[in-house]
Amino acid sequence: MPAARRVWGLVYRHLCMYRRSWPRLAEIAYWPTLELLIWGFTANFFSRGFHGSAAILAGSALVAGVLLWEIVLRAQIGVTLSFMEEIWSRNLGHLFVSPLRPAEMVLALLAVSAIRTFIGLLPATIIAFLLYRYDVFAPGPVMVLFFLNLLFMGWWVALGIVSLLFRYGAGAEALAWTVAFGITPMACVFYPLASLPVWVQPVAQALPAAHIFEGLRALLLSGHTELNQLATAAVLNAAWMVAAIAVFGGEFRRARIRGALISIGE
Amino acid sequence: MQAIRVENLTKRYPETLAVDDLSFSLARGQILGLLGGNGAGKTTTISMLLGLLVPTSGRITVLGHDMAKHRFAALARMNFSSPYISLPARLTVRENLEVYGHLYNVPKLKARIGQLAEQFKLTALLNRPAGELSAGQKTRVALAKSFLNQPELLLLDEPTASLDPDTGDYVRTALEDYRRETNAAILLASHNMAEVERLCDEVVMMKQGRVADKGTPAELIARYGREDMEDVFLHIARSEAL
Repeated sequence: MPAARRVWGLVYRHLCMYRRSWPRLAEIAYWPTLELLIWGFTANFFSRGFHGSAAILAGSALVAGVLLWEIVLRAQIGVTLSFMEEIWSRNLGHLFVSPLRPAEMVLALLAVSAIRTFIGLLPATIIAFLLYRYDVFAPGPVMVLFFLNLLFMGWWVALGIVSLLFRYGAGAEALAWTVAFGITPMACVFYPLASLPVWVQPVAQALPAAHIFEGLRALLLSGHTELNQLATAAVLNAAWMVAAIAVFGGEFRRARIRGALISIGE
Repeated sequence: MQAIRVENLTKRYPETLAVDDLSFSLARGQILGLLGGNGAGKTTTISMLLGLLVPTSGRITVLGHDMAKHRFAALARMNFSSPYISLPARLTVRENLEVYGHLYNVPKLKARIGQLAEQFKLTALLNRPAGELSAGQKTRVALAKSFLNQPELLLLDEPTASLDPDTGDYVRTALEDYRRETNAAILLASHNMAEVERLCDEVVMMKQGRVADKGTPAELIARYGREDMEDVFLHIARSEAL
């Protein structure tokens, strides 16, 4: 299976890099842990200030929102950062003249992103349980569907950003840190869709995240799994992923025409 | 059988004509020197040969594969080295060679790396991060990487740049041996005219994106009545006419 071996080759390259760079390894878990600590203590404060089960549930929803939104952020950054590592190390010239297909490169970046997301969220998940008595797996196996939907969302956002890197070069790398954060207000992570202005709601509804977090809140507050929300999120994710792959393919082709693959790091 | 066949190749950018109706071929077992001053179109031509850049018009056939349609079939059978492209600095020499061994689907990779390490005097460096190597050592690692898949076609951009004369000579000998043993074709872009005279069976001199002249080094030296290729290069580069 030469294709699988090529994908493994690129994954191996990143694993070797992390093995030799503790700051990079620490960075993976740093932000999710920090976010969780800040919002976890905030949720604790509100739970104490406003007694009753509603306050505790709201606190749980806040911690769950922080943890699960981090999946999108980490998944997206996992792909874009891995791609930028190739730009920074001036290695793209070697990769693009090897038999590695663009689709294989994408698969490898997604695999690295999945590994990074898992490692990054593991300490935060443990801290959530130890400090805030929040068990992310308590609702049961259905949580896997929430995780996968969020992972996919992070990935198509990342493919869109990598496409912009093909078009605008390394100068666009700031997007890697900002785009997913920019989506956050419309993702309905911490508040229901109805809280948004009416004219923003259609935009939010076009994002899988709004449906995922509506479903998550329903699950936490009423114990009821809204499968229609999960299904809508999955369909939207599939549509966005197809669009992102089309944009990625188009920008890669255009980069080969413009000569951008040679000068992408400049 | 030709390793490279370039027909009427043109690359036009909005404000520049980088390569203009270029045609040449390279037979298996031959070494072709692609020469020219800065901006002559060598890098653009090599980029198109590697599939990094899509030509505006013209056709490139590499090892029998049309690069417009089947570039990955050709890329698996060729390789490239340039001191201007790096390997990941954090990875050791061995890890870098392992990564590219996987990408090129090299069988018995461990043994192949050992063999190349010995050939390019890298055995003592295998466990050192690539970023800690000297420029000359990095060039040797890049060459070892380009030999990993026993390519039928090697594209080398300044293969001996930053090497001391002894190591440079060692690399030239390795290239000659590799060509003789495997009948591989080598396309060499170099500004070292002594190296070109020694290695190249034929030379394509480029200027302003076009072929200024071509022939064997001996033919070119005789044609221009010069002492060596250095003088031929200077004559062509400084002449007004193309």
